[in-house]
Amino acid sequence: MIRCRSLKLAFGNGSARQTVLDQLELDVAPGQIVSLLGPSGCGKSTLLRVVAGLVQADQGEVYIDGEFVSSKRSNASRETMSFVFQEPALLPWRTVWQNVRLPNELRGQLTPPRAELMEDLLELVGLRRSDWTKYPSQLSGGMKMRASIARAMSTRPSILLLDEPFAALDDMLRSKLNDLLLAIALEQHCTMLFVTHNIAEAIYLSHSIAVMSRGRISENLKVPFAFPRSAALRSSGEFAAYYGQVSEALGKTQS
Amino acid sequence: MTVSSRRFLALLTPVLLFAVVAVVWHVLVRWLDIPKVILPSPLEILSALWQERWVLLKGSWVTLRAAATGLVCSAVFGSLTAILFSQSVVIRTALYPYVIFLQTVPIVAIAPLLIIWSGNNFRTIVLVATIISLFPIIANVTSGLLSINENLRDLFRMGSASRWQMLIKLRIPAAIPQLLVGLRISAGLAVIGAIVAEFFVGNSGTYDGLGTIMTARQANLKTPQLMAALVACTGLGILLLLVVNLLGATLLRRWTKHSGFESE
Repeated sequence: MIRCRSLKLAFGNGSARQTVLDQLELDVAPGQIVSLLGPSGCGKSTLLRVVAGLVQADQGEVYIDGEFVSSKRSNASRETMSFVFQEPALLPWRTVWQNVRLPNELRGQLTPPRAELMEDLLELVGLRRSDWTKYPSQLSGGMKMRASIARAMSTRPSILLLDEPFAALDDMLRSKLNDLLLAIALEQHCTMLFVTHNIAEAIYLSHSIAVMSRGRISENLKVPFAFPRSAALRSSGEFAAYYGQVSEALGKTQS
Repeated sequence: MTVSSRRFLALLTPVLLFAVVAVVWHVLVRWLDIPKVILPSPLEILSALWQERWVLLKGSWVTLRAAATGLVCSAVFGSLTAILFSQSVVIRTALYPYVIFLQTVPIVAIAPLLIIWSGNNFRTIVLVATIISLFPIIANVTSGLLSINENLRDLFRMGSASRWQMLIKLRIPAAIPQLLVGLRISAGLAVIGAIVAEFFVGNSGTYDGLGTIMTARQANLKTPQLMAALVACTGLGILLLLVVNLLGATLLRRWTKHSGFESE
């Protein structure tokens, strides 16, 4: 469960001071997938970093499963969270396997069940055993992102934060990885906060869409399609109609 | 143009240029009748190089040992200093002016002082080679340790990494390319430092590095032999640089290898 209360954050000094989050309120119920949609610079990525405890808000509170999150101290809530960055963020001097085991290694949790989980995840994301010993420079962009997703899930997080992870990928690969992510998140009952610019992706993946504008959630839209969702949904008339609604809500933020 | 023909051209053009310069040089020396004590012809230098080959080889070995030891010392001390700098802004701010001093102090001026303190020996040569090659290592490794990709840093913070884990598993491996950049610059400097120190130490007659040989040949106005020693010095610098490049290629091979990944 993610709960953000009256979050306020500004960057810069004096006349150059810019408000990034402005009295922002957001609740994400356990197991829910919420996409953050909004124009560039509206504060989506910053919100994600504040929730992760990587950036401290000037005012307001973030609670993860009831625990207060602060960037100033390492807290137990981080144990339950994973972050997927826009870039795969793999360590170039480590193999795929060594990269995937990193979060558990840092936490001192390299137990046999975790190793088994990592193997399962790597297979699930479609990386063959022969790829596990490869270095990131030997992988394609899509393979790197698959490894990054496997790494994020390797600690069995209850909360997954994703900052435009598929922005640099082509449409076909993006759609493949959408299905993969959705399958993993639903299977592991993950609460997900997903930043994207892609409306179709936001609709396809989420229970609800939070439209952000000028540091606030300007609209909360419930996605009317039941899970599990099939790829065919994307080409249906209802999907197109709903796409129009979301697009309209997004358009209002820019007017 | 194919890759192999480009490579061939990259090898051929410098060799051709060298040949043209050598011929022009030779013709000018003969034509203007320049005495060999002022400027020997390339053939005279080549001949001196052959005649003095064993002396120069021995001298090169002595200087190489000193320069390489100095380079290793500066790599170790420089990296340790950089690690210290990366751990605290206060330490960095307090010590950085003294590191700059290392860079700005004219090594020729302090070499005689170091000889007084440390004696006419191998240790002094190594000390001078270390001092002159230290700054690029400290500056580059510090920069490598501090300029960590923000996402990677956040990844470690999300994993509640300790300061030690951050250093060992992230900062130090990430700084290796920068260490290699520093080593490339320092390799040439270490050779210069060793030779400059030998200019001073050499007069005592207890040391026989390339610098010592050059001082002796200069005193006897043996210009072709002096220039032959100069060629050996250049060769030494190139050799040390090649070793560093090889080390770099081995260490970074996995980071930059592109081996035809499978398409999605």
